[in-house]
Amino acid sequence: MSQVVQVVGLYVRDQDEALRFYVEKLGYEVHTDARNGDYRWLTIHHPDQPGFQLGLFRPQSPMVDARTAQALEEAVAKGAMPPLVLVVSDCRAAYHSMARKGVEFTQPPVERYGAIDASFRDPSGNGWKMVQAREG
Amino acid sequence: MAVVRGAPAPCVGTRGCPAVTSEGFPGSIASRNAQMEATTQAIPPPTPPRSVGTDLLLLRRLLRAKDRMDAASHEAWPVRRLAEVCGVSEAHFARSFRDAFGMPPHRYLLTRRVERAAALLRDTSFSILDIALQTGWTSLGTFGRTFRDVTGESPSQLRQRTRAAAAALDLVPHCFVSAAHRPDLKMAVSEKRRMTQLNKIGLTEGEVL
Repeated sequence: MSQVVQVVGLYVRDQDEALRFYVEKLGYEVHTDARNGDYRWLTIHHPDQPGFQLGLFRPQSPMVDARTAQALEEAVAKGAMPPLVLVVSDCRAAYHSMARKGVEFTQPPVERYGAIDASFRDPSGNGWKMVQAREG
Repeated sequence: MAVVRGAPAPCVGTRGCPAVTSEGFPGSIASRNAQMEATTQAIPPPTPPRSVGTDLLLLRRLLRAKDRMDAASHEAWPVRRLAEVCGVSEAHFARSFRDAFGMPPHRYLLTRRVERAAALLRDTSFSILDIALQTGWTSLGTFGRTFRDVTGESPSQLRQRTRAAAAALDLVPHCFVSAAHRPDLKMAVSEKRRMTQLNKIGLTEGEVL
Protein backbone atom coordinates (compact mmCIF):
# COMPACT_ATOMS: atom_id res chain seq x y z
CA MET A 1 0.00 0.00 0.00
CA SER A 2 1.28 3.43 -0.87
CA GLN A 3 -0.15 6.79 -1.64
CA VAL A 4 1.50 9.76 -3.34
CA VAL A 5 0.42 13.04 -4.90
CA GLN A 6 0.76 12.85 -8.67
CA VAL A 7 -0.69 16.11 -10.00
CA VAL A 8 -1.42 19.45 -8.41
CA GLY A 9 -2.78 22.17 -10.67
CA LEU A 10 -2.20 25.88 -10.81
CA TYR A 11 -4.55 28.27 -12.52
CA VAL A 12 -2.71 30.41 -15.05
CA ARG A 13 -3.74 33.31 -17.25
CA ASP A 14 -2.20 31.95 -20.41
CA GLN A 15 -0.95 28.40 -20.75
CA ASP A 16 1.73 29.17 -23.34
CA GLU A 17 3.09 32.01 -21.27
CA ALA A 18 3.10 29.85 -18.13
CA LEU A 19 4.76 26.97 -19.93
CA ARG A 20 7.55 29.20 -21.18
CA PHE A 21 8.06 30.57 -17.69
CA TYR A 22 8.29 27.22 -15.93
CA VAL A 23 10.37 25.58 -18.66
CA GLU A 24 12.76 28.39 -19.52
CA LYS A 25 13.22 29.96 -16.13
CA LEU A 26 12.61 27.14 -13.64
CA GLY A 27 13.88 24.09 -15.50
CA TYR A 28 10.62 22.16 -15.86
CA GLU A 29 9.80 19.89 -18.77
CA VAL A 30 6.48 19.08 -20.38
CA HIS A 31 4.94 15.89 -19.03
CA THR A 32 1.61 15.88 -20.84
CA ASP A 33 0.18 18.33 -23.31
CA ALA A 34 -3.16 17.11 -24.59
CA ARG A 35 -5.80 19.16 -26.31
CA ASN A 36 -9.43 18.54 -26.86
CA GLY A 37 -11.02 21.43 -28.70
CA ASP A 38 -10.65 24.43 -26.44
CA TYR A 39 -9.50 22.39 -23.53
CA ARG A 40 -5.84 21.74 -22.86
CA TRP A 41 -4.51 19.39 -20.21
CA LEU A 42 -0.99 20.64 -19.66
CA THR A 43 1.31 19.30 -16.98
CA ILE A 44 5.00 19.75 -16.36
CA HIS A 45 7.52 18.06 -14.12
CA HIS A 46 11.04 18.70 -12.92
CA PRO A 47 13.95 16.30 -13.56
CA ASP A 48 14.64 16.30 -9.80
CA GLN A 49 11.10 15.10 -9.05
CA PRO A 50 9.84 13.21 -12.08
CA GLY A 51 6.89 11.63 -10.29
CA PHE A 52 5.23 14.90 -9.45
CA GLN A 53 3.36 16.86 -12.09
CA LEU A 54 2.46 20.49 -11.84
CA GLY A 55 -0.63 21.24 -13.88
CA LEU A 56 -0.91 24.55 -15.70
CA PHE A 57 -4.62 24.92 -16.19
CA ARG A 58 -7.02 27.63 -17.16
CA PRO A 59 -10.24 28.03 -15.27
CA GLN A 60 -12.58 27.42 -18.18
CA SER A 61 -15.83 25.95 -19.30
CA PRO A 62 -17.19 23.38 -19.11
CA MET A 63 -15.52 22.85 -15.71
CA VAL A 64 -16.61 26.26 -14.47
CA ASP A 65 -19.01 28.84 -15.83
CA ALA A 66 -17.76 32.06 -17.36
CA ARG A 67 -18.37 34.20 -14.28
CA THR A 68 -16.58 31.77 -12.02
CA ALA A 69 -13.71 31.56 -14.47
CA GLN A 70 -13.40 35.32 -14.41
CA ALA A 71 -13.42 35.38 -10.60
CA LEU A 72 -10.72 32.70 -10.48
CA GLU A 73 -8.55 34.49 -13.00
CA GLU A 74 -8.87 37.68 -11.00
CA ALA A 75 -7.95 35.84 -7.81
CA VAL A 76 -4.78 34.57 -9.48
CA ALA A 77 -3.88 38.04 -10.79
CA LYS A 78 -4.42 39.47 -7.32
CA GLY A 79 -2.07 36.93 -5.79
CA ALA A 80 -4.87 35.39 -3.76
CA MET A 81 -4.19 31.75 -4.54
CA PRO A 82 -2.80 29.44 -1.84
CA PRO A 83 0.88 29.31 -0.97
CA LEU A 84 3.29 27.27 -3.06
CA VAL A 85 6.63 26.17 -1.70
CA LEU A 86 9.65 25.19 -3.76
CA VAL A 87 12.53 23.56 -1.94
CA VAL A 88 16.01 24.15 -3.34
CA SER A 89 19.47 23.11 -2.18
CA ASP A 90 20.94 26.61 -2.57
CA CYS A 91 18.48 29.47 -2.31
CA ARG A 92 20.94 32.26 -3.06
CA ALA A 93 22.35 30.56 -6.14
CA ALA A 94 18.85 29.78 -7.41
CA TYR A 95 17.82 33.37 -6.76
CA HIS A 96 20.70 34.79 -8.77
CA SER A 97 20.22 32.46 -11.67
CA MET A 98 16.46 32.98 -11.80
CA ALA A 99 16.67 36.74 -11.36
CA ARG A 100 19.09 36.86 -14.27
CA LYS A 101 16.48 35.11 -16.38
CA GLY A 102 13.94 37.77 -15.46
CA VAL A 103 11.93 36.05 -12.75
CA GLU A 104 9.98 38.61 -10.74
CA PHE A 105 11.20 38.23 -7.18
CA THR A 106 9.12 39.80 -4.46
CA GLN A 107 11.63 39.07 -1.73
CA PRO A 108 15.37 38.41 -2.01
CA PRO A 109 16.89 35.57 -0.01
CA VAL A 110 16.55 36.12 3.73
CA GLU A 111 18.00 33.91 6.41
CA ARG A 112 15.65 33.08 9.24
CA TYR A 113 16.56 30.70 12.00
CA GLY A 114 19.14 28.93 9.84
CA ALA A 115 16.84 28.46 6.82
CA ILE A 116 16.98 30.75 3.79
CA ASP A 117 13.94 31.77 1.78
CA ALA A 118 13.04 34.05 -1.11
CA SER A 119 9.75 34.75 -2.90
CA PHE A 120 8.80 35.11 -6.53
CA ARG A 121 5.72 35.17 -8.72
CA ASP A 122 4.91 33.54 -12.00
CA PRO A 123 3.54 35.75 -14.80
CA SER A 124 -0.06 34.96 -13.81
CA GLY A 125 0.43 36.03 -10.19
CA ASN A 126 0.93 32.70 -8.43
CA GLY A 127 3.29 33.28 -5.54
CA TRP A 128 6.09 30.90 -4.69
CA LYS A 129 8.19 30.72 -1.59
CA MET A 130 11.60 29.28 -2.38
CA VAL A 131 13.12 27.64 0.65
CA GLN A 132 16.51 26.22 1.42
CA ALA A 133 15.97 24.03 4.42
CA ARG A 134 18.12 24.19 7.52
CA GLU A 135 20.95 21.71 7.44
CA GLY A 136 20.71 18.64 9.64
CA MET B 1 5.40 35.41 -27.56
CA ALA B 2 2.57 36.50 -25.39
CA VAL B 3 4.33 37.88 -22.34
CA VAL B 4 2.31 40.97 -21.86
CA ARG B 5 4.29 42.48 -19.06
CA GLY B 6 6.91 45.03 -19.98
CA ALA B 7 10.46 44.65 -18.78
CA PRO B 8 10.70 42.09 -16.03
CA ALA B 9 10.91 43.83 -12.71
CA PRO B 10 13.17 42.05 -10.25
CA CYS B 11 11.79 44.31 -7.61
CA VAL B 12 13.20 43.27 -4.34
CA GLY B 13 13.73 45.24 -1.21
CA THR B 14 15.00 48.66 -2.00
CA ARG B 15 16.70 47.64 -5.19
CA GLY B 16 15.68 49.91 -7.99
CA CYS B 17 13.52 51.95 -5.68
CA PRO B 18 14.01 55.63 -5.19
CA ALA B 19 15.84 56.35 -1.99
CA VAL B 20 13.66 56.17 1.05
CA THR B 21 11.98 59.50 1.23
CA SER B 22 11.82 61.50 4.38
CA GLU B 23 8.08 61.71 4.06
CA GLY B 24 7.61 59.02 6.71
CA PHE B 25 4.42 59.39 8.62
CA PRO B 26 4.62 62.73 10.31
CA GLY B 27 1.93 63.25 12.86
CA SER B 28 -0.85 60.79 13.07
CA ILE B 29 -1.06 57.90 10.70
CA ALA B 30 -4.76 57.82 11.22
CA SER B 31 -5.23 61.34 10.02
CA ARG B 32 -2.99 60.73 7.08
CA ASN B 33 -4.90 57.60 6.35
CA ALA B 34 -8.15 59.51 6.53
CA GLN B 35 -6.79 62.10 4.15
CA MET B 36 -5.76 59.38 1.79
CA GLU B 37 -9.26 57.93 1.80
CA ALA B 38 -10.84 61.31 1.37
CA THR B 39 -8.67 61.81 -1.68
CA THR B 40 -9.69 58.44 -2.96
CA GLN B 41 -13.35 59.26 -2.69
CA ALA B 42 -12.93 62.49 -4.58
CA ILE B 43 -11.67 60.68 -7.65
CA PRO B 44 -14.35 60.13 -10.29
CA PRO B 45 -15.05 56.51 -11.11
CA PRO B 46 -12.92 55.04 -13.90
CA THR B 47 -14.68 55.85 -17.14
CA PRO B 48 -14.73 52.66 -19.20
CA PRO B 49 -16.70 49.71 -17.86
CA ARG B 50 -14.48 46.95 -16.54
CA SER B 51 -13.32 44.82 -19.40
CA VAL B 52 -12.05 41.36 -18.80
CA GLY B 53 -8.69 41.04 -20.52
CA THR B 54 -7.23 44.41 -19.57
CA ASP B 55 -8.51 44.07 -16.03
CA LEU B 56 -6.45 40.96 -15.41
CA LEU B 57 -3.31 42.72 -16.55
CA LEU B 58 -4.15 45.74 -14.43
CA LEU B 59 -4.75 43.53 -11.40
CA ARG B 60 -1.45 41.79 -11.98
CA ARG B 61 0.28 45.16 -12.07
CA LEU B 62 -1.51 46.38 -8.95
CA LEU B 63 -0.31 43.22 -7.22
CA ARG B 64 3.19 44.53 -7.81
CA ALA B 65 2.43 47.59 -5.66
CA LYS B 66 1.17 45.29 -2.92
CA ASP B 67 4.24 43.08 -3.22
CA ARG B 68 6.52 46.08 -2.93
CA MET B 69 4.80 47.31 0.22
CA ASP B 70 5.05 43.78 1.58
CA ALA B 71 8.77 43.69 0.88
CA ALA B 72 9.49 47.05 2.49
CA SER B 73 6.57 48.13 4.65
CA HIS B 74 8.86 50.29 6.78
CA GLU B 75 9.55 52.56 3.84
CA ALA B 76 7.45 55.54 2.85
CA TRP B 77 4.97 54.70 0.09
CA PRO B 78 3.43 57.86 -1.26
CA VAL B 79 0.80 57.25 -3.93
CA ARG B 80 3.15 58.55 -6.60
CA ARG B 81 5.70 55.85 -5.83
CA LEU B 82 3.09 53.10 -5.74
CA ALA B 83 1.50 54.27 -8.97
CA GLU B 84 4.89 54.24 -10.61
CA VAL B 85 5.58 50.68 -9.51
CA CYS B 86 2.58 49.43 -11.43
CA GLY B 87 2.57 51.91 -14.26
CA VAL B 88 -0.84 53.34 -13.41
CA SER B 89 -1.69 57.03 -13.21
CA GLU B 90 -1.76 58.47 -9.71
CA ALA B 91 -5.39 59.42 -10.10
CA HIS B 92 -6.34 55.91 -11.13
CA PHE B 93 -4.16 54.06 -8.65
CA ALA B 94 -5.80 54.49 -5.26
CA ARG B 95 -9.26 53.56 -6.48
CA SER B 96 -8.04 50.64 -8.54
CA PHE B 97 -6.07 49.32 -5.59
CA ARG B 98 -9.06 49.58 -3.30
CA ASP B 99 -11.32 47.90 -5.84
CA ALA B 100 -8.83 45.05 -6.19
CA PHE B 101 -7.78 44.47 -2.61
CA GLY B 102 -10.71 45.75 -0.61
CA MET B 103 -8.91 48.53 1.22
CA PRO B 104 -7.06 51.72 0.39
CA PRO B 105 -3.32 51.27 -0.17
CA HIS B 106 -2.21 53.07 2.95
CA ARG B 107 -4.53 51.12 5.17
CA TYR B 108 -3.03 47.99 3.70
CA LEU B 109 0.43 49.35 4.47
CA LEU B 110 -0.67 50.00 8.02
CA THR B 111 -1.80 46.39 8.47
CA ARG B 112 1.59 45.19 7.25
CA ARG B 113 3.43 47.48 9.63
CA VAL B 114 1.34 46.36 12.55
CA GLU B 115 1.78 42.73 11.52
CA ARG B 116 5.54 43.16 11.38
CA ALA B 117 5.67 45.01 14.65
CA ALA B 118 3.64 42.24 16.28
CA ALA B 119 6.01 39.60 14.91
CA LEU B 120 9.03 41.50 16.20
CA LEU B 121 7.39 41.93 19.60
CA ARG B 122 6.82 38.20 19.71
CA ASP B 123 10.07 36.94 18.24
CA THR B 124 12.71 39.39 19.41
CA SER B 125 13.69 41.24 22.53
CA PHE B 126 14.14 44.58 20.73
CA SER B 127 12.82 47.52 22.67
CA ILE B 128 9.41 48.84 21.69
CA LEU B 129 11.01 52.06 20.48
CA ASP B 130 13.37 50.09 18.22
CA ILE B 131 10.48 48.12 16.83
CA ALA B 132 8.48 51.28 16.18
CA LEU B 133 11.36 52.81 14.25
CA GLN B 134 12.12 49.61 12.37
CA THR B 135 8.56 49.20 11.19
CA GLY B 136 8.15 52.67 9.73
CA TRP B 137 6.86 54.87 12.52
CA THR B 138 8.57 58.08 13.42
CA SER B 139 7.14 58.50 16.88
CA LEU B 140 6.68 56.08 19.74
CA GLY B 141 3.44 57.75 20.78
CA THR B 142 1.83 57.33 17.37
CA PHE B 143 3.02 53.76 17.17
CA GLY B 144 1.60 52.82 20.56
CA ARG B 145 -1.72 54.51 19.93
CA THR B 146 -2.19 53.13 16.43
CA PHE B 147 -1.10 49.67 17.49
CA ARG B 148 -3.66 49.66 20.28
CA ASP B 149 -6.37 51.03 18.02
CA VAL B 150 -5.76 48.33 15.46
CA THR B 151 -5.10 45.28 17.63
CA GLY B 152 -6.93 46.18 20.81
CA GLU B 153 -3.76 45.63 22.82
CA SER B 154 -0.75 47.75 23.65
CA PRO B 155 2.58 46.56 22.21
CA SER B 156 3.75 45.34 25.62
CA GLN B 157 0.49 43.48 26.31
CA LEU B 158 0.75 41.73 22.97
CA ARG B 159 4.37 40.86 23.64
CA GLN B 160 3.51 39.21 26.94
CA ARG B 161 0.53 37.31 25.59
CA THR B 162 2.11 35.94 22.42
CA ARG B 163 5.27 34.89 24.21
CA ALA B 164 3.20 32.86 26.61
CA ALA B 165 1.39 31.16 23.70
CA ALA B 166 4.24 30.54 21.16
CA ALA B 167 5.53 27.18 19.85
CA ALA B 168 3.45 24.67 17.80
CA LEU B 169 3.65 26.82 14.67
CA ASP B 170 7.32 25.97 14.17
CA LEU B 171 6.60 23.84 11.11
CA VAL B 172 4.70 26.48 9.16
CA PRO B 173 6.84 28.81 7.03
CA HIS B 174 7.33 32.03 8.91
CA CYS B 175 5.61 34.40 6.52
CA PHE B 176 2.37 32.42 6.45
CA VAL B 177 2.12 32.40 10.21
CA SER B 178 2.74 36.10 10.22
CA ALA B 179 0.19 36.74 7.48
CA ALA B 180 -2.43 34.76 9.34
CA HIS B 181 -2.04 37.17 12.23
CA ARG B 182 -2.26 40.24 10.03
CA PRO B 183 -4.78 42.67 11.47
CA ASP B 184 -8.02 42.56 9.55
CA LEU B 185 -8.60 46.26 9.23
CA LYS B 186 -12.04 46.73 7.75
CA MET B 187 -12.35 50.40 8.53
CA ALA B 188 -10.06 53.38 8.81
CA VAL B 189 -8.19 53.58 12.07
CA SER B 190 -9.86 56.86 12.90
CA GLU B 191 -13.25 55.20 12.44
CA LYS B 192 -12.24 52.19 14.49
CA ARG B 193 -11.06 54.46 17.29
CA ARG B 194 -14.38 56.29 17.26
CA MET B 195 -16.35 53.03 17.40
CA THR B 196 -14.27 51.81 20.33
CA GLN B 197 -14.99 55.00 22.20
CA LEU B 198 -18.69 54.64 21.54
CA ASN B 199 -18.59 51.09 22.82
CA LYS B 200 -16.76 52.16 25.93
CA ILE B 201 -19.48 54.54 26.93
CA GLY B 202 -22.11 51.97 26.09
CA LEU B 203 -23.70 53.68 23.14
CA THR B 204 -24.49 52.35 19.72
CA GLU B 205 -24.06 54.28 16.54
CA GLY B 206 -27.81 54.83 16.26
CA GLU B 207 -28.16 56.37 19.69
CA VAL B 208 -25.50 58.90 18.94
CA LEU B 209 -27.15 59.97 15.75
